[in-house]
Amino acid sequence: MISELLINAFLVTIMLSIAIALIKTRTIIFTVILTSAYSLVAALMFITLDAVDVAFTEASVGAGISTILFLAAMAYLPKKEEESISSEFIPALSCIILGGILIWCSFDLPEIGQLTAPVHQHIAPEYIKGSKEDIGIPNIVTSVLASYRGYDTFGETIVVFTAGVAVLALLEKKNSAKKNKSQPKQKIRKNA
Amino acid sequence: MHNNPILRISTKILFAPIILFGLYVQFHGDFGPGGGFQAGVIVASAFILYSLVFGIEAGKKLFPLNVNLILLAFGGILYGGVGIVSMILGDEFLAYNILGSSPQSGQHIGILLVEFGVGLTVSNVMIALFNAFASYDKIKEK
Repeated sequence: MISELLINAFLVTIMLSIAIALIKTRTIIFTVILTSAYSLVAALMFITLDAVDVAFTEASVGAGISTILFLAAMAYLPKKEEESISSEFIPALSCIILGGILIWCSFDLPEIGQLTAPVHQHIAPEYIKGSKEDIGIPNIVTSVLASYRGYDTFGETIVVFTAGVAVLALLEKKNSAKKNKSQPKQKIRKNA
Repeated sequence: MHNNPILRISTKILFAPIILFGLYVQFHGDFGPGGGFQAGVIVASAFILYSLVFGIEAGKKLFPLNVNLILLAFGGILYGGVGIVSMILGDEFLAYNILGSSPQSGQHIGILLVEFGVGLTVSNVMIALFNAFASYDKIKEK
């Protein structure tokens, strides 16, 4: 119990300091790297909650690939963020009020891992029982993700596909427009 | 980065194990943490590492752009296709029970195929995005 508290306090402190550093920094490469570090600490936090699958996704997607993609996209941004001219008072106030409300509401949440919590009463017991009998897979997360909630995962895959194709279409259009100006027609076909 | 021997050699050593680990995460998702999304990202990171170290042109030679785009679409088609096959066989969309000899083996086959579809789409979207950003840069410099 004490060790869990210590680990959580440690992780929250690191997260808070990364968040403060993120606000302070104006260099874009540091912003990207700090975001990646934040994701990694979040992944550790998911592990303390025993959500290993989520932690794995957070570490590989949040800390891994999105950092690379941000760095690749960063080449088109100015090196430094512009200083904001407008007052920071109202955004800070709204953040503090919203954070206060969330913390206040969190006192009403059931304790983590409590069996009588509403979230464990609805459909989860059926999934836990069915995953062994109907599907025969030890990892319940996979059986929920791919079988019980197969529609949702199908939707997710299509969202990833659509987002990827949309970005490709946007970049491709600009690429070919620039090529049309600078290169003869034969090369376009070669590269396309 | 093309002339740094440490990067070149360590990339060559790491490339195959990264893909092997990706495949492990992909097909071990039934028994441990992992699945299509994570595996797709891991496999994509191997190809992106290669492109980063050896240059975007070498990366495109290793994994051609048209193959990338075809596989990107094929992942989603595979996922939907599994659902449609189970519909044709007389069950509901994305109900895998009918795919195997017993309901359990049907579920195993269905989940394996569906996760593979997810992995294909995710990895190829990531590689395609990286390639798009990196090639965009090159044209801008001209």
